[in-house]
Amino acid sequence: MSVDAPPPVSSHSEATLDRGRAVTPAELRWRADWIRLQTVQLIDQAGVGHYSSTFSCAEIIAVLYYHTLRLRPAEPQWPDRDRFLLGKGHVATGLWPVLADLGYFSAEWLTQFGKIGSPLNDHPNMRLAPGIDFSSGSLGHNLSVAVGIAYGGRLSGRDYRTFVLTGDGELQEGQVWEAAMAASHYRLGNLVAIVDANGFSGAGPTSAAMNIEPLGARFEAFGWRVAEIDGHDVVALTRTLDELPGPASERPICVIARTRKGKGVAMMEQAPQAWHLGLLEPKLREQVVAEISGRMRRW
Amino acid sequence: MVTGTQNVPAPKMVDVFSDVAIDTALATNPAGVAIAEMADADPRILTLTADLGNVLADFRQRHPRRYLELGIAETNSVSVAAGLATCGYLPYIFAMAPFGVLKCAEQIRTDLAYNHLPVRLVGRLTGLAMGIFGTSHHAVEDVAVARALTNMTVVTPADSNAVLSLMRSTVSHQGPIYIRIAEGAEPVYAAPPVFEFGRWLRLHCGSEVSLIGHGLGVGLAVRAAGELAARGVQADVYDAAFLKPFDEEAIVDTARRTGAVLTIEDHSEVGGLASIVAETVGRNGLSVRLDRVALPDEDLEVGTPAALHEHYGFTAAGVVAKALALTGRA
Repeated sequence: MSVDAPPPVSSHSEATLDRGRAVTPAELRWRADWIRLQTVQLIDQAGVGHYSSTFSCAEIIAVLYYHTLRLRPAEPQWPDRDRFLLGKGHVATGLWPVLADLGYFSAEWLTQFGKIGSPLNDHPNMRLAPGIDFSSGSLGHNLSVAVGIAYGGRLSGRDYRTFVLTGDGELQEGQVWEAAMAASHYRLGNLVAIVDANGFSGAGPTSAAMNIEPLGARFEAFGWRVAEIDGHDVVALTRTLDELPGPASERPICVIARTRKGKGVAMMEQAPQAWHLGLLEPKLREQVVAEISGRMRRW
Repeated sequence: MVTGTQNVPAPKMVDVFSDVAIDTALATNPAGVAIAEMADADPRILTLTADLGNVLADFRQRHPRRYLELGIAETNSVSVAAGLATCGYLPYIFAMAPFGVLKCAEQIRTDLAYNHLPVRLVGRLTGLAMGIFGTSHHAVEDVAVARALTNMTVVTPADSNAVLSLMRSTVSHQGPIYIRIAEGAEPVYAAPPVFEFGRWLRLHCGSEVSLIGHGLGVGLAVRAAGELAARGVQADVYDAAFLKPFDEEAIVDTARRTGAVLTIEDHSEVGGLASIVAETVGRNGLSVRLDRVALPDEDLEVGTPAALHEHYGFTAAGVVAKALALTGRA
């Protein structure tokens, strides 16, 4: 598959995208690298951005949006859609190309990223961008918001699921654990938290700053069902999300996706902190693009 | 009532946890009474509390599924309410003001105000209502914080009837609202008054001094106006029930009419009604004598509400003294 090939799964803007859509692992791997490539482009436009944190969750975003979530891009407020909240809002550069590709807005919008007046910000704003179920940027809020949305599903009798993607550093926020308590108290089995456990926060290794492990045992102690997987293995991600208990189940689910910060770009994997926030100089950018593109031709 | 003065019992401590009688009475729990009645007619209405469920006794009985207890986790309650609002619900969070508002300032800003979500914060035990428990329990900066947030609406009912009016009339407002309940407020209105959004009601007409209060300050202003009238001083009295948006026209009109404006509030002198009026007269280039009955920007004392109000001059006599000084008749 080439870098420039038409996206294998896209342009569904007229229809409902059902849960468990057919897609091959190769297509999902290609899509994850496409997200990385698009991220490099968007950060280049803006002049600064979060590379390595976006790269660690590229497979997660690819699997959710091209396989798992029930969506209706032409009707972003469709009440029965599955919700997705980007708790780690600083990786929105990985989401914007996906939402454009699925038809939430024109790809033309991407060219305005980083400019005053752009509806697409470095952190997502639900009032400006179709397809954003809740704004984020201040870490630790979105799991609470998701509890409210999941509870709303219970009240209204709708069978949507609510997914939240959190960072692992984000779990140091106390409010996350208030939400974790509330989710099991109210038996919200329609709520799925996916932790992009890349092991690093802004200033260094997450658990060196404040230990968050053993993460699985902690969520279990709070009453959650826990699955721990390789967050870059699209087959494991797909299977885990396919096998979620029905939304009527009574235990919230936490998928701990063990990932690598900077995944997919060798020099970033070696120095993930250095690329938490930054801008690739032109020569380095060419190397990074070549590395990702080369892999995409092989998928 | 607005037309007369009377002897009013000193404000007492309000026990919202164990005094069942006060939870179901209009005089002591107007917000709880109002929300139970409003929810009967509007299925979008939900209530949430962080360990303050006793003030929703009626509501919980009538609508048990529409009440969420979040435990002692105020910040979570605000963000959960935000999520519910995205699903078309109208969540009312009943909270102790020092924790439900001040502790949650960032959640209120980021999750509610920036997103224009119709969540209502019903702040109980505002100002010095929990004065005996220590400075942690004072809520005297809440208006300053709430009104600094873009898209917030801040309303401060003067009494139980005003609570009914302000809660009912704002039910379909699109953005977040902070409803600051004045505990133990003396009656000002004989029936629920009619408020126009963002406008103040003029309760007494005069041309020598303006008395503008909100919450408990309105009752004091009305009583003080009666005492001033007995001394031959006619006061122009306003109920500043909307602090955001506020009634700029009313401020300019009364300032021009009297040239002397006194604000009265159970709040810090920083960022509340005193600031609103000073900013407005300054911006309009009015040369006006200003003073305020408010709480000083210093470490506050601890005591019963009545004792603290006396200590800080937050009484009708305190208002009269400052009003006379402003008019040069002290």
